[in-house]
Amino acid sequence: MGEDLMPDEQAPAPPPRPPQPQLRPWDDHRIEVILGDLLRSGVVLAAAVVLWGACIYLSRHAHEPADYRVFRGEPSDFRTISGVIQSVISGRGRGLIQLGLLLLIATPIARVAFSIVGFALERDRMYVVFTLIVLAILLYSLLGSGIGV
Amino acid sequence: MTILEFTAVVAIVSFVAGLLGALTGLGGGVVLVPLLTIFFHVDIRYAIGASLVSVIATSSGAAASYVKEGFSNIRIGMFLEIATTFGALLGAFLATRIPTSALAIIFGAVLLYSAYLSRKPRPPAQRSLPPDPLATRLRMNGSFPDLEGERSYNVQHVPAGFSLMFGAGALSGLLGIGSGAVKVLAMDQAMQIPFKVSTTTSNFMIGVTAAASAGVYLSRGYVDPGLSMPVMLGVLGGSLLGSRILVKAETKSLRLVFSLVILVLGLQMLYNGFWGKI
Repeated sequence: MGEDLMPDEQAPAPPPRPPQPQLRPWDDHRIEVILGDLLRSGVVLAAAVVLWGACIYLSRHAHEPADYRVFRGEPSDFRTISGVIQSVISGRGRGLIQLGLLLLIATPIARVAFSIVGFALERDRMYVVFTLIVLAILLYSLLGSGIGV
Repeated sequence: MTILEFTAVVAIVSFVAGLLGALTGLGGGVVLVPLLTIFFHVDIRYAIGASLVSVIATSSGAAASYVKEGFSNIRIGMFLEIATTFGALLGAFLATRIPTSALAIIFGAVLLYSAYLSRKPRPPAQRSLPPDPLATRLRMNGSFPDLEGERSYNVQHVPAGFSLMFGAGALSGLLGIGSGAVKVLAMDQAMQIPFKVSTTTSNFMIGVTAAASAGVYLSRGYVDPGLSMPVMLGVLGGSLLGSRILVKAETKSLRLVFSLVILVLGLQMLYNGFWGKI
């Protein structure tokens, strides 16, 4: 409580970072709000696709026994982007669910990609480089680990 | 159990986990894997795959409401994401190589630690720390809206925080959780970031971190559509509802109950891991 009333501790030493202009057209907060909305729409879209796939899947397999005790690994239809797209085309519910999950994984990746634009608009070269590194790791995970094949 | 019954029960359990996770701020993913493996006898690898997907959904779904409050710091988040995504990639590759009993034991240990951390009182917020040269060069210092107006903060110990975040990413990739407990350690304690800033920033980071390991999990066949569907939809629905009623709810006793649940599940995971039941 008491420390709230003692601004004199901070007053003589303002943070030594360069003064920033008050009205920048692109500030962090505005970019974040746009990115937040982007993320939410991505999740809504992904959830809708998953739900659609769930309806097809349940309408066909509702009364079969469920068993996840033994790990078999998914067939390649559900492990690669091309496999997922093919099973969506052939109208399979689980293919649609997997497409929704792929969209979901793509949402934060899109967020990172758009952050690069945001940092570039702010002319922050250092953070453009940092964000590119994060994007490279994400793309390696998605494409380099065999999922694209 | 038929697929319809299984889907319905898993969806309800996931909904409750997501709701409690959002209300208590402890995350729902951390209880999902033990619940699925202990009570539904799901192989831990399928459970981790499904949980990872739900982590992305909750993190991205909540991001929009968090950022509008102006607490999160995208520079801190993006810089630390280099560490977490790299760690997540490593964790996901490790998960495909180590035995499932070892996974269960590590999971149990993380649960016990989370339960301990959730009961520990938060250390009082430090004010007006001197700026750290590295953090200043990385432009991490910022400010956030407080009761008395904008409050500025200076980030400390960047290398220590960065290393801890690598560990958080590795755990997230290994166990399919958001690993909020380690993130709190890195951001609150090592880097001295104000609590609200670190919570909202780490929420942002969780989704990106999970996406880094999700690719590996999907391509290794750990993400089963039939299981991930009710988990993802349930957790997402529960956590969205949870963040809506958060303001009104009395969370103190709820937090106690939830941390007890985490404790019990942690002991059960350790038991199952050591006796080779997983």
